[in-house]
Amino acid sequence: MANQLKCVSCGKPATVHFTQILNNKVHKVDLCEACAQEKGLTTLAGFELPLDLFPPKATSEPTAAAPESGLTLRCEKCGFTEADFKKTGRFGCPHCYETFKQMLGPMLDGMHKGTAHTGKVPRHAAARKEYHDRLSQLELTLASAIKDERYEDAARYRDEIAQVKQTYGKQEAAS
Amino acid sequence: MTFGSLIATPSDLTDTASSKCAIVMMTRIRLARNLASHRFPGRASPDERAEIRAACQQTINNLPLMQPAYDLAISDLTELQKQILVERHLISRELSASPDGAAAMISNDHTCSVMINEEDHLRIQFLRAGFQLKKTWAAINAFDTAIEDTLEYAFSPTLGYLTACPTNVGTGLRASAMMHLPALVIGGHMEKVVRAVNQLGIVVRGQFGEGSDASGSIFQISNQTTLGESEEQIIKRLSAVLSSIVEHELNARARLIENDSSKLFDKIGRAYGILQNAHLLTSSEAMNLLSLVRLGIDLGIFPDSGRPLVDRLFIESQPGHIQNNAGQAQIEPALRDTLRAAQTRAAFADFAPPNFIPAIEEPPSEPDAAPSQN
Repeated sequence: MANQLKCVSCGKPATVHFTQILNNKVHKVDLCEACAQEKGLTTLAGFELPLDLFPPKATSEPTAAAPESGLTLRCEKCGFTEADFKKTGRFGCPHCYETFKQMLGPMLDGMHKGTAHTGKVPRHAAARKEYHDRLSQLELTLASAIKDERYEDAARYRDEIAQVKQTYGKQEAAS
Repeated sequence: MTFGSLIATPSDLTDTASSKCAIVMMTRIRLARNLASHRFPGRASPDERAEIRAACQQTINNLPLMQPAYDLAISDLTELQKQILVERHLISRELSASPDGAAAMISNDHTCSVMINEEDHLRIQFLRAGFQLKKTWAAINAFDTAIEDTLEYAFSPTLGYLTACPTNVGTGLRASAMMHLPALVIGGHMEKVVRAVNQLGIVVRGQFGEGSDASGSIFQISNQTTLGESEEQIIKRLSAVLSSIVEHELNARARLIENDSSKLFDKIGRAYGILQNAHLLTSSEAMNLLSLVRLGIDLGIFPDSGRPLVDRLFIESQPGHIQNNAGQAQIEPALRDTLRAAQTRAAFADFAPPNFIPAIEEPPSEPDAAPSQN
């Protein structure tokens, strides 16, 4: 007897077979009638494979939630787990991208044109990050100068910190 | 500014009377953005969603384009009011079903709508009549930059703008065009078009997005991928596909006129007659008849000046609008059909009669060539 394909969502016998070609890669999904309807794949309007149907690539790295480890990866900021992601197809917070990095890589590869952002960078965020990095570095240097009793250097670092803060304040006002 | 004044305010979005590319009815670009400091709306508590809304409100209220703006809490709106906003493409179905903290801020001219606490903290959407992808991108890009001056977005140097769903990560950009493609539908070519554009990473849906039907031969065509290309590259790629679809539609129209003009004119003439005289019209039938009259306008059978009226009726024939115009909280579908027919009869009472000498349609010289009405 031929193997009956099972629904990837609930395990019942599959009667709907959905294929999508994207970036020259073929994605196939088998579903039962009920799950296909729920995912909106029974009408001609739904031309996208829902995210939670993407099978993990055979070549993908095992995630930290591998069964043998018995551990579940959990985002330290929002408590989101891999199971939550598989259930909803969405993350809990921006930090989840860091937490689930290993799982995400192969998924993005099949989902998008590329895996690296080449578009717009928020100018202000970049400037703010640069400012905070510079300030942290100067404050560390200042603390080190005070500790070593290099007071002339410390005075110079204080002036520099004041100047950086003033410059950033002007940028803030101008933006 | 109240919901009532929003409904009463005319919008420029149906102003395609002088458009050189009437096939593209509307251009829309939306950006998905999130605040770095908060959990995504689906994970956030009601208090956190309220904080997110307050932070976004404060920033957006200060932007010149949003003075004044409609600031609507979804929880304060009735089901009918939410339905009307969905029918006007100002909010998504998902936002209309979102919990506390969900809101929409809409510019006075309806060309900008910011959804707060939908799938992402911010869904910024700009709409323009006709084929204006580049201009729409320029406008939404400036607006987004102005927001970023105050709010810190969740952004990663490698993955770009971080979104609740990885399908939107990167640029967070979904550019789409609402296209009227009656000849491809009549000729039975639409399935082939859908298959071809799918392979280019372009998605075709019904007028109201995923799960909606394509009555009125109106389709929403958009990019599927958001990571690995710049915003300009995505727009350029989509633009090229849209231009190609416009060309196919024009060819399909030319073939219908060459090979089967009597059948085509009969369809258009009957549609005009029914719209002028019907006493019962379902939403779907009204959409399909309006589509044929719109095709007649494009072919020069009816004057160009009728296009904005038809485009407005596409929206005003939707169930929510019919119910709202009736001034009743609940009406039976049968009565809705009566009211819809009365509305089209009144609208078509003075509509110019057909002149069955079709003009040859020219494709637009370049995308976004249509004069801006905004």
